[in-house]
Amino acid sequence: MAFAENLLAVLPEVVILTSAALILIVDLFIDDERRHITYWLTQLALLIAACVTLKTTQLDIVKAFHNMVVDDMLADLLRMTSFVAVSLMLFYSRSYLLARGLFRGETFVLTLFVLLGIQVIISGNSFLTLYLGVELMSLSLYALVALEKERSGPAEASMKYFVLGALASGVLLYGMSMVYGATGTLDIDLVARAIVAKQGNSLLLTFGLVFVVSGVAFKLGVVPYHMWIPDVYDGAPTAITLLIGTAPEFAGFALTLRLLSGALQGLAIDWQGMLIILSLLSMVLGNVVAIAQSSIKRMLAYSTIAHMGFMLMGFLAADLNGYSAAMFYTVTYVLTSLVSFGMIMVLSRIGFEADRLDDFKGLNQRSPWWAFIMLLVMFSLAGIPPTVGFYAKFTVIEAAINAGFLWLAVVAVVTSLIGAFYYLRIVRLMYFEDPVDRSPLETRADARTLLSANGLLLLLLGILPQPLMGICVIALTQSNFL
Amino acid sequence: MAPYLSLAVWVPIVAGLVALAIGRDREPAPVRWVALVGAVAGFLVTIPLYTHFDATTSAMQFVELAEWIPRFGIHYHLGVDGISVLFILLNSFITVLVVWAGWEVITTRVAQYMGAFLIQSGLINGVFCALDGILFYFFFEAMLIPMYLIIGVWGGPNRMYAAIKFFLYTLVGSLLTLVALIYLYSVSDSFEILDWYQVPLALKTQVLLFVAFFLAFAVKVPMWPVHTWLPDAHVEAPTGGSVVLAAITLKVGAYGFVRFVLPILPDASRYLAGFVITLSLIAVIYIGFVALVQDDMKKLIAYSSISHMGFVTLGFFLFSQLGVEGGLAQMISHGFVSAALFLCVGVMYDRLHSRLISDYGGVVNTMPKFAAFMMLFAMANSGLPATSGFVGEFLVVLASIKVNFWLGFLAATIMILGAAYTLWMYKRVIFGAVANSGVASMPDLNRREFWLLALVALAILAMGVWPKPFIDVMHVSVADLLAHVAKTKL
Repeated sequence: MAFAENLLAVLPEVVILTSAALILIVDLFIDDERRHITYWLTQLALLIAACVTLKTTQLDIVKAFHNMVVDDMLADLLRMTSFVAVSLMLFYSRSYLLARGLFRGETFVLTLFVLLGIQVIISGNSFLTLYLGVELMSLSLYALVALEKERSGPAEASMKYFVLGALASGVLLYGMSMVYGATGTLDIDLVARAIVAKQGNSLLLTFGLVFVVSGVAFKLGVVPYHMWIPDVYDGAPTAITLLIGTAPEFAGFALTLRLLSGALQGLAIDWQGMLIILSLLSMVLGNVVAIAQSSIKRMLAYSTIAHMGFMLMGFLAADLNGYSAAMFYTVTYVLTSLVSFGMIMVLSRIGFEADRLDDFKGLNQRSPWWAFIMLLVMFSLAGIPPTVGFYAKFTVIEAAINAGFLWLAVVAVVTSLIGAFYYLRIVRLMYFEDPVDRSPLETRADARTLLSANGLLLLLLGILPQPLMGICVIALTQSNFL
Repeated sequence: MAPYLSLAVWVPIVAGLVALAIGRDREPAPVRWVALVGAVAGFLVTIPLYTHFDATTSAMQFVELAEWIPRFGIHYHLGVDGISVLFILLNSFITVLVVWAGWEVITTRVAQYMGAFLIQSGLINGVFCALDGILFYFFFEAMLIPMYLIIGVWGGPNRMYAAIKFFLYTLVGSLLTLVALIYLYSVSDSFEILDWYQVPLALKTQVLLFVAFFLAFAVKVPMWPVHTWLPDAHVEAPTGGSVVLAAITLKVGAYGFVRFVLPILPDASRYLAGFVITLSLIAVIYIGFVALVQDDMKKLIAYSSISHMGFVTLGFFLFSQLGVEGGLAQMISHGFVSAALFLCVGVMYDRLHSRLISDYGGVVNTMPKFAAFMMLFAMANSGLPATSGFVGEFLVVLASIKVNFWLGFLAATIMILGAAYTLWMYKRVIFGAVANSGVASMPDLNRREFWLLALVALAILAMGVWPKPFIDVMHVSVADLLAHVAKTKL
């Protein structure tokens, strides 16, 4: 395969890398008043990358660079969703970043590197590529969390994130090395073939699997590898929390899919059992502990843990039905997260973080529109129709029942009931109580429009979920995840 | 043929959205008119459902079928039979009343109030005509949201507790239903409710599914002992909320029994009939006594509702034509009567801002027209012949006696208890000397209130004097339902 053809498979990655390098240089030559130039350049880079992805999308699976990367429908779709998520994150957080002195070139460049890491994971077809992607994404995120120097919270959160993240990366790498030891290859296709052919020491394989699953579970933030989530979500500036809670979820999904389904499908029986435990613990602990939180960011952090548990429930079905359910879940969860953290930034002002639950008191009286959008978010997280969260819950429960895990489905609905309690509390605060703070809410026109559209999308997809569900199935089928 | 069912669902919802969109807190008048026009239009489009209804067939009518989510074979499938058609009319009728009842009473956030009621009305119509399991569940759950807001925003002092309790109770019940629906899909490969009528199921499976469905519908009805959310919700909700809760929302639970439980799980239904009948009788008798000792009028009517709805489930699980028809008639009658009584309490509450019986007395002296109306409604609640309340109760008692004399005897106590608590409350509130200066200053009904109550009174009398048009519609569909119940699926 010619070098040019190889390059074609990773063109979106090339675009992002080049623009990140360019923006880094451009940023050196402009002063603070004209920082919006680099901001818009970043948005432009995302737009170009999205166009390139659209242009190069094709139905076949292309393996490039000696099978190190793969360019399939799944990769294209997840790239697109990541671009949208990062672009929206930048739109929503512009005022917030500006007010906290974070509207800087470093923020944009690091964000692009996070994105690049995500893309590498999404299109990784070798253990090595996947690991590189994970490291690139994580290291950039550690730096982003610590970027705000005025408060001590972010530095502390970054430290915790770094120490635990490095540990998890080590665990993941250790697991990969054992699988390598058992199968003699890092190539996902060859690993899969070796396992199906029963080559290699099965004890070593299983041992490696445990470490791989643990590493993945850490990146997803499921119990018992969840401890970093609440601290990092709470400590990081909300704009960065928004970033952590959205696009990297696609990477987490892709990582899980490429490793467990792509390489280790032959060991499905083994990892299904592990995922059941992870999923069960996450749903129970996430939902129960979220009740006790008084900070909305911590509450959403525990809610994320619970939702990742739900996502894994689709995954552990270990068939197309389950994977597409998990993918649908991930996409809708990210769409919902974008709005929930975006709303916190709408309520925040200079020197004031709207991160207490009480900051949402009486929102309906201050702004009926934002209260309505937040209402949609909360009901979507609780999984109540007519919002898209209902179908997310529906698809994973269907996948679990279809795969014979009826009891798990029953536990899941019971925990989602516990979840409904704290989501409803936010609705109560917004609608039933009087506001403490009556200052008007000011948002930029572009953020306002996009955030509203994003919120209404939760309703629209809740009424017509078929297109998104269909795309998930097609992308997975075309990418050979059967 | 026009898509009447879609219109019945979407006209109120669109009207509600328009009301929300044009709503300005300082100028509520346009919103009120939009809401009223929307509610009336919503009622008018349901009239053809009755006039064009073919009562000679048990097949679904006015069917609309379109693909909705092909990924799971879920359809937008609407249709009504003799069992469901009347509830759509009832709901649309009650919506008009509710919008009108809130006319001058609601002064804060009028647009949101009217919007919530109209949207809820459309969703409830959807529940009654959905023929796809997921479509049903979609409407069934979505209708919780407006009611949660209605209780929480415009309710009484303890509204937050009541709203959360209402929501969580209902959700507890309905979550397992989702699992049950998906399970039925996994064995039948279809979400069509009518396909499920044919699926063979082992008794053990049926019993488990029965539990899953029963929880949802029993909470909604509500049956003893999962009824405790209802008195709280009723007491705290604004008048309109109480009216819709009692008149319509409770019917959704009972409707679920005849649409899902009886025909899909006939063996489990027969197996567990004794259990349901026992719970129903406890509701009728025990809750009847509880109603007797209430000092809050709304609470009293709430308990009376539980007691009357116990009669409905009793009728259903006797598996006879009389029993099921009696239950359905009772549902419709209770829709009118409970709505009327809550409107009456609302009228008094607007004047004196109290719901306690002890704060009233001698109201007849200052509000004679009102007292006359309330007399009729109280009689209807006690099941007096020539009112709608008599029809259902008579049929169910008759059906019970056919099964077992003592069962009929116990069931008939509702006539005595119902009369006791309703009339005793009526006596304490309306008769006697004027109790205090507050009562003395109460003006009689204004024009709006008069016509509002007259409208319901008319419906109650019409159904009481000439129930044939109501019962005839159900006849064939109920016979078909009982044929399903009689056929074993093992």
